[in-house]
Parts: sequence; structure tokens; C-alpha cells
Amino acid sequence: MVISLFALGACSSTSDMDEDGSEGSTVSSSDSSGSSATTSASSDGGQLTQEEIRAQNALRQTVFYFDFDVAEFQAEDRDTLTYHARDLAANPGKRFRLEGHADERGTREYNLALGERRANAILNYLIVNGASRSQIEVVSYGEERPAQSGQSEQSYNRNRRVEVIGR
Amino acid sequence: MGNFVVRRLVVFGICAVLGGQVQAELKFEITDFVGKRAPVAVVPFGWEGEAENAPFDISAVITADLSRSGRFAPIAENDMLQKPTTGVDVDFDDWSILAVEAVIIGKVTQTGANAYSVQFQLFDVFKREQLVGYRMPASRGTMRRVAHRAADMIYEKLTGIPGVFGTKVAYVTAQGRDDNRLYTLVVADADGENEITIMESTDPIMSPAWSPDSRRLAYVSFENNISTIYVQTLRTGNRIKVSSRVGINGAPAFSPDGRKLVLTLGGIDGNLDIHILDLASRKVTRLTTNRSIDTEGTWAPDGRAIYFTSDRSGGPQVYRVGVNGDSPERITFEGSYNARPRLSPDGSKLAMVHLDRGNYRIAVLDLDNRDLLVLSGGSQDESPSFAPNSDSLIYATRQGRNGVLETVSADGLVRQRLASRQGDVREPSWSPFLN
Repeated sequence: MVISLFALGACSSTSDMDEDGSEGSTVSSSDSSGSSATTSASSDGGQLTQEEIRAQNALRQTVFYFDFDVAEFQAEDRDTLTYHARDLAANPGKRFRLEGHADERGTREYNLALGERRANAILNYLIVNGASRSQIEVVSYGEERPAQSGQSEQSYNRNRRVEVIGR
Repeated sequence: MGNFVVRRLVVFGICAVLGGQVQAELKFEITDFVGKRAPVAVVPFGWEGEAENAPFDISAVITADLSRSGRFAPIAENDMLQKPTTGVDVDFDDWSILAVEAVIIGKVTQTGANAYSVQFQLFDVFKREQLVGYRMPASRGTMRRVAHRAADMIYEKLTGIPGVFGTKVAYVTAQGRDDNRLYTLVVADADGENEITIMESTDPIMSPAWSPDSRRLAYVSFENNISTIYVQTLRTGNRIKVSSRVGINGAPAFSPDGRKLVLTLGGIDGNLDIHILDLASRKVTRLTTNRSIDTEGTWAPDGRAIYFTSDRSGGPQVYRVGVNGDSPERITFEGSYNARPRLSPDGSKLAMVHLDRGNYRIAVLDLDNRDLLVLSGGSQDESPSFAPNSDSLIYATRQGRNGVLETVSADGLVRQRLASRQGDVREPSWSPFLN
């Protein structure tokens, strides 16, 4: 049995997580602020499955960090991004925005380009894993909108990021 | 996130009287070092007119300009043995005693209700002769500009280099924190006076660029949360949107004939490349296609090539490509990071941001002998921009937590800081010579 759950818009979804053998329904769990909705049902009408919990946790992660001078996302984020991709694939009406950023070292326009490249790296991965290009907008702010101001390594680490902004 | 744009498009007039828009926040601090300063004397100007005093102190501005150049040491008025206002009264012996090399005298004469005549004369003390004498009309509103013009002529006569005291700088300021940021695009005189807000926004502003006739500024604005390039006419405050394509619209720079912009477009595939936009036809020509980041384009003074930043060899380096798009040629080979190129107007030097033992600094490459000279001493220096006489640069650096501006002579001997009391100042761009 497939149950469609949504916070925004009307979409019916077929779970592709059925493939790995888990029972019943998917949880479509993001509202516009990126936090998950909590209603769900598994086929026995009770608790969330492990898979559903994993998916919800993954969808709750909306910031992805990058190493210095690099535009590839970190390997440990791969699974999380896969969940995001599948969530988009399952909900064709869902839209979001990838905002790319860089730390302040180096020149501004080059950093604007780095932010764009980072956002595009995530975009491409999402598309390859099922999302549609039209669902995702990409914007870079370079070093102009740091998450944490300052000149410490910690600030720099927190600023090299792509944020998922639900719309 | 509230993102409405607060925009005050201010009429940019020659007259300095602009009501409450002038903020006078930039201050020059002399932090120069080394360099030999020639002792000169700028004698207080004479005054003939209705009021007791002249409406403006011309000699004070000339003194400040010459001093700020780092090449001259004007002596104090108290040390002057005489204060002539006409050539006939100049006693070269009195100036020789003081070891002064040049003397500047002058006077302001009232010729109408708001009309004056400003006259100055420059003398070489050793040769005992006049080098230049000039008379200019002025109104109260143009006195400062006339003083800078006099200083420019004096400077050029004494050094052989055209003065830039009458030029302007554009820059971006950022105030407030987090969600409460206010950005302004500002134009000020080269000495920091007469700051005028050109544009104001709650979203970032980047990359101001002067048109060759000084009448327009191109810039990148993030109003509406995406990057857009505008060209704004300073006198009227009117602006046109010249690029708002999907993806990045960045790094605009005017061609020497003012008819084109080089800019960076990311496009739908996010491949950042150098493009040329014809402002009249709006036709865009793509110059680079490499999968690397190609950005920060700037024109060679002959209009036939673009220099830009590319990381196609691994890290950012400066490249040159002909405007016909022939194969880009790498220009920088020293160091792992060289970006944001700017050519001196005389074509002899290339300024850039250069990573020097962990510090981002301004360096200048001599295009003839290929010597690289590091000019600045900070850790996060950027946005170098040449003065139109190719003899100085302005750039952004940090003082503690604040962004400030510094100027440095192209030989590195004279360096001065421009600090603003309002928050961060960044992205300076030196105007061309004004007409």
C-alpha cells in the first residue's frame, strides 16, 4: 500500500525504497523549512521503519561542507544526498534551492565561482540519482554570506558549504 | 529573509552641496615608509574679495595632496620666512636657506557673486625660475576640484608623472551583522572626501567597475537573491540591467572604448567562462570554454586581449586571451595562487592577488622583465586597482576585524591607509582621469 504524505503541494509518489525490500510506504517528510514532518505509516500502521528513520534524518541535513579549495562534496554525505535525490524524484512538485558558499580566503569573484561549482556538484549528483533539473535552483554567494564571521580555521570550515533551502 | 532593496539613486553632481547624502567617513592615515620626500613650500594663498577670508583654503588642499603622495614634505607655515602671493615678491634666497626645492604661491580673487579666479605659480628654487603659472575660474562649489587640479599640475611638473589628486574611487561598504546587513556602493574623491552613496541594498554588492569616461559604474548586485549586472549612470542615478542570466553573472569590466563589458557567466551548466557583451547590441560572445573556472576578466589597454583568472592548471593563475578567442596563454608562473588581474593603464604592469607564503597579497608583475614585486603586507589583501597614472594602486586589506583600503606606489615605497568609520570597506576601484 502506498500512502502519499506531503507538506506542500499535491504529489503522489511511488516508493523506490520498495526495491530494497522494506515494507509499505515512503515518508515524504520535508516542509519548507527543511525539517521533517512527523506523520508516517508503515504497513503495519505503527512505528517508523529503520529505513524511514534514516531517510528522515538524511532529509533533515540541509548543510553540506567542503574541504578547502575543493568542489567535491565529502564522501560521508553521499548517502544523505541520495536520500535527497530520491525524495525529489518521489515528489516531482517539490522544489528547492542550492546555495553555494566559500570561505573568505582569496579573491571574491573566484570564490563566487567556487560556491557555484560546489552547488553544481551537488546538483549533478541529485540529478544522476533521480531528481529533475527543473526542481532545483542553484545560486552562489561566494564569500559574501558567511555562516560564521572571523578568520579562524573553524570559521573557514563552517563557511565552505552548500545549503539546501526548501521553497 | 527580508530582501527588498533599499536603493537611493543619488544624482551625482559636480557641486559638493548634496544635502544629507555626504557622509565624510573616510579618513586618510599616513602609514607610509621609506621613500625620500622632497621639501617644498606651499605658501598660503592671497585673497581679494568681499568677505574677510577666502571661501576655501586652496593651499591646504594642495599641501595635503602633495604630502599624501609620499614624494613631498611641505614645510610648516611657521617656518616660512616670507609669504609672497605674486611672483614678483618671491625671494629665492629666503627659500634656499630653508633647503626648500620648490615653492608654490597663489591667490584667489573674487570676480562675481559666486565667481572667483584662482591663480597659482610654481617656482624651482635652485634654478630661480618659474616652472608653471596658471589661472582658473571657480565657484564656491568647484573650489576643491580646482585645488586638486592645481596640485595635479604641480605634481606633474615636479615629477614628470601626471597627478591623480582630482580622481575618484568607488568601493563597497558593508555594515551590520547577519540578517541585518546593509551594503552601499560609494564614490569618493581620491583623498577620501565627498563620499556619495550611489546605491544601497540589503543584499551584497560586488565588483564595481568604472566606464572609461567615468560616467558609469558597472557592478554586480544580489538584490532578489541572485547575481545581476547593472550599469548605472552616476549623474542621473539611472541604471540598466545588462546581464541577468541563469547562473552567475559576475566580474564586469569595461572595454577601453566603453562599448563592451567583459563578464563571467555560469550558465545553466555552471561552467564559468569569460564572455564579452556588446552594450549596444546586447550580443554576447563566449571567449573561453574550458571546464575550469574562468573569471575576473579585465581588458588590456589596447582593447585586443582579455586577462583573466583560470584554474585550468589546478589552481588559480592569470591567463591572457585575444578578443578573437584564440588559445589562452598562461601569464603567471610564480606561486600557487595568482588571481584577479588588473593591467596598469600604460600596459607595462600587471597587478594581481598573489599567495605569498600563506598570505594573500598584492603583487605587480613587470610585463617586460617579468619581475614580480609583492607590494602589500597583509594576509587577506585583494581587489588591486591602478590609478590612471599607473603610478599607484589602491586595494582592500584588513585592520583587525575591519576591511580597510590602502594605496601603495607601484614601486612599493609609499603606502597609506584609508579607513572608514562605518564598518567594512572593500572592492575599491580607481576612476580614470576625469574630464
